[in-house]
Amino acid sequence: MAEQFDVVVVGAGPGGYVCAIRAAQLGLKVAVVEKRETFGGTCLNVGCIPSKALLHVSERFHEAAHAFADMGIACGRPKIDVGKMQAYKDRVVEANVKGIQFLFRKNGVTAFSGTGRILAPGRVRVAPSDGAPFELSAEAIVIATGSEVATPPGIDIDERTVLSSTGALSLPKVPKSLAVIGAGVIGLELGSVWRRLGAEVTVIEYLDRILPGMDAEVARVMQRELKKQGFAFRLGTKVTALKAAKTTATLTLEPADGGEAETLKAEKVLVAVGRRPFTRGLGLEDIGLRTDERGRIPVDENFQTEIPGIYAIGDVVPGPMLAHKAEEEGVAVAEILAGLPGEINHEVIPAVVYTAPEVASVGRTEEQLEEAGVEYAAGKFSFMANGRAKAMGATAGFVKILAEKETDRVLGAHVVGPMAGEMIHEIAVLMEFGGSAEDLARTCHAHPTLSEAVREAAMAVSGRAIHS
Amino acid sequence: MTVEIRVPALGESVTEATIGQWFRKPGESVAADEPVVELETDKVTIEVPAPASGVLKDIAAETGSVVEVGALLGTIAEGDAAEAGGSGREAPSDEEKEEAPAATAAKAAPSGSAPAKEETGGSGAGTGGRKASPPPALSPAVRRLVAEKNVDITRVRGTGRGGRILKEDVLRHLAEAARPEPQPTQAVSARAPVPPEDAAREERVKMSRLRITIARRLKEAQNTAAMLTTFNEVDMTEVMALRGAYKELFQKKHGVKLGFMSFFVRAVTNALKEIPAINAEIDGDEIVYKNYYHIGVAVGTEKGLVVPVVREADTLSLAEIEKAIADFAGRARAGRLKIEEMQGGTFTITNGGVYGSLMSTPILNMPQSGILGMHKIQQRPMVMPDGSIQARPMMYLALTYDHRIVDGKEAVTFLVRVKEFLEDPKRLILDL
Repeated sequence: MAEQFDVVVVGAGPGGYVCAIRAAQLGLKVAVVEKRETFGGTCLNVGCIPSKALLHVSERFHEAAHAFADMGIACGRPKIDVGKMQAYKDRVVEANVKGIQFLFRKNGVTAFSGTGRILAPGRVRVAPSDGAPFELSAEAIVIATGSEVATPPGIDIDERTVLSSTGALSLPKVPKSLAVIGAGVIGLELGSVWRRLGAEVTVIEYLDRILPGMDAEVARVMQRELKKQGFAFRLGTKVTALKAAKTTATLTLEPADGGEAETLKAEKVLVAVGRRPFTRGLGLEDIGLRTDERGRIPVDENFQTEIPGIYAIGDVVPGPMLAHKAEEEGVAVAEILAGLPGEINHEVIPAVVYTAPEVASVGRTEEQLEEAGVEYAAGKFSFMANGRAKAMGATAGFVKILAEKETDRVLGAHVVGPMAGEMIHEIAVLMEFGGSAEDLARTCHAHPTLSEAVREAAMAVSGRAIHS
Repeated sequence: MTVEIRVPALGESVTEATIGQWFRKPGESVAADEPVVELETDKVTIEVPAPASGVLKDIAAETGSVVEVGALLGTIAEGDAAEAGGSGREAPSDEEKEEAPAATAAKAAPSGSAPAKEETGGSGAGTGGRKASPPPALSPAVRRLVAEKNVDITRVRGTGRGGRILKEDVLRHLAEAARPEPQPTQAVSARAPVPPEDAAREERVKMSRLRITIARRLKEAQNTAAMLTTFNEVDMTEVMALRGAYKELFQKKHGVKLGFMSFFVRAVTNALKEIPAINAEIDGDEIVYKNYYHIGVAVGTEKGLVVPVVREADTLSLAEIEKAIADFAGRARAGRLKIEEMQGGTFTITNGGVYGSLMSTPILNMPQSGILGMHKIQQRPMVMPDGSIQARPMMYLALTYDHRIVDGKEAVTFLVRVKEFLEDPKRLILDL
């Protein structure tokens, strides 16, 4: 007799576990099915969390090696013990993952280990790695199976010489050289980790700019900063062949629109060209749920698929592949299932790149506004003029705020600088309330803080920044 | 129990109406059959009665919006105020309270939750009527605009989350409220050529700023308002008798002469309270009714006519009114009136009688909607109630009014009431 639930969530990543907890808070009987041994999905296990741990360690290492002496701190040349660093990372991951276990227990969410497959609306089959498969019965099913690394054709990821982000996170020692295919967020972040620890890093990108999709000015500034850190960039370049041997990889590079080929050798290669929705084994074809050309499941504004009673959230549905976007959707679906209104505001989803300097953005880029024909005013402020940044020795970067010309409503903001990922939130809140640049400009900001740069940028929108 | 207020049938071939005025605000109690909102059509204005007693919960259509027959206007929470008062609070808790019963229903059929969302989804997105709960604090930019431009924030419609007023809402309000510049047809009509023997005898004097301003404002009044003048006459016997009997005592006690003006000011403020349209002004497409009475008293000076304003005239005693006017007159002739003393008036009284005028048609002192002209008191033979003919001291009264917002009936009634007060000053004591 199948155990009966109100909701069965397939996948316990940020989308799935948040959805489950919220649904349980609202009084529903919830089950979660997770095929990985630990909860948290890609984010906690092989994504956001471990990468942030390594970025933190490598940033401290780099600071110690390069910035301490100038400040009067003499501690010789720092050494990195990668084994210990990985152990640190593992502890961070474990703490987070255990945290979800605790939250499930606290909220009465029942967790099942195994691969989930939807047999029919209301019926989920769980196939544990050991033991016999069994069935769960549910009023509603939420697909939250996330995404996997996208592999370009002709490239074989062996996680030994040719790595995905998963392999790049677990390297046992610093490679002498690392070729990164793809200048997106993941490529730059992981490239940063190993660059700072001493690897020679070359980033190869098909487009003629890094960070596709982000504000063009941000991309330019970041490219310059990363170059200063020793990154080598091959933009407008495609990889036409990749031969992987045990200790080296040989890449054949060509200009994106054809031309002379050249070779690049590297000890390791990181393939970071994107991610693809993961729906293998769910049995979608058997129940008639189609996926689009990118593998995503179409859903309506209530996140319901074409089959009533089956919902989908996170990386498997259209939208930015961000953990917090999946979380928002998880909450929305849980509320919808509990009979409450649920929706997410797609205009205000921040995005962060954890390089140094950090990058954060929310809302629209200048390019998007121009394309949409929106008349806007931009206010910029450089961290070079910010007192706190100067005291921290971290003056690279700027804040840019975009506001509609006539109404002064803030439509987007882009930050390059220390703690950008934290600073972006005051702008996100402002945007949620339909606030204007003047509202921000007239809000008192403590001195000396990095956030004063945000305020000055808001003032700059109407040309009245004081400190620049 | 929630009861809906809907647009009733409006008559043959009338399918829609504009919401005129809501007589009650959300949170206020209403009695069954009590008019709760006014609907205007091309033919007629009707009042919609409350279908039940209780508390007006929310307004679904605001003043100025166009609604069709049968459309939802608002809802009433039947019962006592306390019960409905709770649900008048902020949107989120409102939704949760309303949705609790829906949750249990939706549990059984999750696919049915979509319609539930539609029904109440509106409040989340900030659409639908504004809730009456204490308005959220104004944002810094909004506060700044309000202070800089003297905005009446109660007239600004908020389009932000939860009905919040955004900077753009105030900007829009200011753009809409900016009164169209009166287009003076400064047609440079060239003067017809004057024969030299006449031209030699001409003397050109530049118009003073005051004169130019007076000229401009007079033309503005004529070009803007639909001005009419209605007349009546008042028998000043009783007022004169009163004056005669008490003028010495008055002077002794109050230190100021008892003139006629204080009586007129008092009669006028009393009548204005009865006919509010004359104390109102037009602003864009709205009529601003003023619940204060600042009476301008025209004073002739060498340089021209100026109109200082006696503020809160309805609260002043006759002595205080006389003092104020005497002070104004003195300083006006010395050219020492302050700008603010000539602003903010709601009605004006002008007296041409001092110069001997028997009857005249004063021009409105814009943006006011009425002006009373006093004239010379002259003995005239009048037919008394008993048929005899007596010589009575009579004054013609003229009321020029803006017919755009003052009806003929209102104007005439106003004058009649002023006449009644003056012909029988005892009415002023008895508030009749």
